[in-house]
Amino acid sequence: MRLEIERRATRSSLYAALSPFIALALTVVAGGIMFAALGKDPFSALYSFFIAPLTSAWSLNQLAIKSAPLILIAVGLSVCFSSRNWNIGAEGQFIAGALMGSILPVMAPDWTSPLLLPIILVLGMVGGALYAAIPAILKAEFNANEILSSLMLVYVAQLFLDWTVRGPWRDPQGFNFPQTIQFSDSATLPPIYAGGAAHWGFVFALVAAVVTWFMLRRTLKGFEIRVLGESSRAGRFAGFSSRRMVYFSFLFSGALAGLAGICEVSGAINQLQPVISPGYGFTAIIVAFLGRLNPLSIVVAGLVLGLTYLGGEAAQITIGLSEKVARVFQGFLLFFVLGCDTLILYRIRLVSSRRASGEEAAQ
Amino acid sequence: MNLFLAMLPTIMTAATPLLLAAVGELVVERSGVLNLGVEGMMIIGAVTAFAGAQATGSPYAGMVCGILAGAAFSLLFGFLTLTLVANQVATGLSLTILGLGLSGMIGDSFVGTPGIQMGALPIPGLAEIPVVGPILFSHDLIFYLSILLVIAVHWFLFRTRTGLELRSIGDNHDSAHALGMGVIRVRYLAVMFGGACAGLAGAQLSLVYTPQWTENMTAGRGWIALALVVFASWRPVWVLVGAYLFGAVSIGQFNAQAFGFGIPSQFLSSMPYLATVVVLVLISRNRRLTLMNTPACLGKPFVPDR
Repeated sequence: MRLEIERRATRSSLYAALSPFIALALTVVAGGIMFAALGKDPFSALYSFFIAPLTSAWSLNQLAIKSAPLILIAVGLSVCFSSRNWNIGAEGQFIAGALMGSILPVMAPDWTSPLLLPIILVLGMVGGALYAAIPAILKAEFNANEILSSLMLVYVAQLFLDWTVRGPWRDPQGFNFPQTIQFSDSATLPPIYAGGAAHWGFVFALVAAVVTWFMLRRTLKGFEIRVLGESSRAGRFAGFSSRRMVYFSFLFSGALAGLAGICEVSGAINQLQPVISPGYGFTAIIVAFLGRLNPLSIVVAGLVLGLTYLGGEAAQITIGLSEKVARVFQGFLLFFVLGCDTLILYRIRLVSSRRASGEEAAQ
Repeated sequence: MNLFLAMLPTIMTAATPLLLAAVGELVVERSGVLNLGVEGMMIIGAVTAFAGAQATGSPYAGMVCGILAGAAFSLLFGFLTLTLVANQVATGLSLTILGLGLSGMIGDSFVGTPGIQMGALPIPGLAEIPVVGPILFSHDLIFYLSILLVIAVHWFLFRTRTGLELRSIGDNHDSAHALGMGVIRVRYLAVMFGGACAGLAGAQLSLVYTPQWTENMTAGRGWIALALVVFASWRPVWVLVGAYLFGAVSIGQFNAQAFGFGIPSQFLSSMPYLATVVVLVLISRNRRLTLMNTPACLGKPFVPDR
């Protein structure tokens, strides 16, 4: 027996709609098997991983907090990946945005103004975009592979953040802990509703998703992005420049990653620490693919992946599993998504080896 | 000069995992497949090698576990990209994400456990030569393997018929298929070879370089190995040169940290990553050289027509 694949005459819209769900189902099955292998009851483990976090207002707020950066970053990445620009350094752009946005709250903590918060957010976006501009310039002007350069810059950003909070920006009254001072009230991103924990970052994420969806599907820019992604040669004949698209897609996704970074710091953590992200920039890559690069589906995908973070924390507390289970789930999910996407363009058949060798003999 | 001579063996030890992973990836890319999961395969190799050594008490058994685990893990990538023609960039990334997650989970109970170090195996006779002996011939088994591997891969790619087939598959899989070569079979074997090399590289980290288990202990070395393949323009001997240069940069920054110089340690630690970017730019700006050496079908999906 062996697997054979055969190109479909047309894209299967049935599987295009179904494949994320098949992938999710397979992930849950694989997760159940993994829990069983670890000696836990798979049903109660899956319940506490995926269902229990949805049953209280507190955890729904946490879900919004975790999903906001994932959606913001993944929406930006959808533009990059659609145009075949592989920005995988969003984690670094997230940190760069957080650092740039923290300049005022850390260095001028006494300054208050209604304009303070908007300035902070814009600075965050500028920081992320500037950091994303480095791999963009290196790709557009020097032909350097953007996957490697953007990824290397993640490590550099993490080390730079580490230095900042241990060195020049360390809170002098912080008992030598590696962290900055707390953001003042006017520099803090408020909750969406009074008394809640979820901050406005989630609303920004929804707005970004809708606006980007409109741009991708209803404007000339979106057409340009998709044409260049399909074939840069065809794009050139249409008068589109793949060089300019490198800059556009990197700056756009960098700005959104930067916004995600400053929202997380200003809205959730309230200060800078050596580590400010549990890998949002990498998980967002999974979100972008699970949402098949469509910004509206990405909102749903972001909520699903946000849930794996909560589930990981819950699994740690209630069933005593390492919180790394979440990373494993995320890896499984991306694998299954990519595998199931084959069904959209190809038909898969099991061929018995006897028939296959018979065919060869006939030739 | 004496200081440099004293540093040389450590530079070589630091360079070995980069060299191993890059040589494996070079074969994979020569066959036309881009596997970005090197980091993931490496960390899986590191954790299984550590576990294997703990279970058996022998670092050599651990090493074999690491190699097998790396090869087995790479089959996941092979199945998705070769059989199911999934996007190679995305699949490679998912291999890295899954590898980092799985290794963290498997290795959770090993944190703080003292590791079993693979000792040096001085080569009798050669190791006694003054100056050269201690530098070249008093290393561990994995170091010797890495050098042999570079020679073997060079010989295989450029001196054997199968090597020629592998390169032609990487340059034009449709013609190779029309000529009756087993494109998918060769690529599966290449991917598994790359996985085995990355697994061995990981084993070197957890058995020789720092004999212990720490989460994310590969620290981007898999990605640097990928950059080394580009730096070397897909030529094995240049991978060796590149790996030793990077080994020198990382050992150099360690020593600079020891001396102080007033430079924050974080800046020195980021040197290998920045050096990777700089080298990448210097190599890639020569478009003609890159185009000439890049396997023409690198990363392109292959569906045989029947």
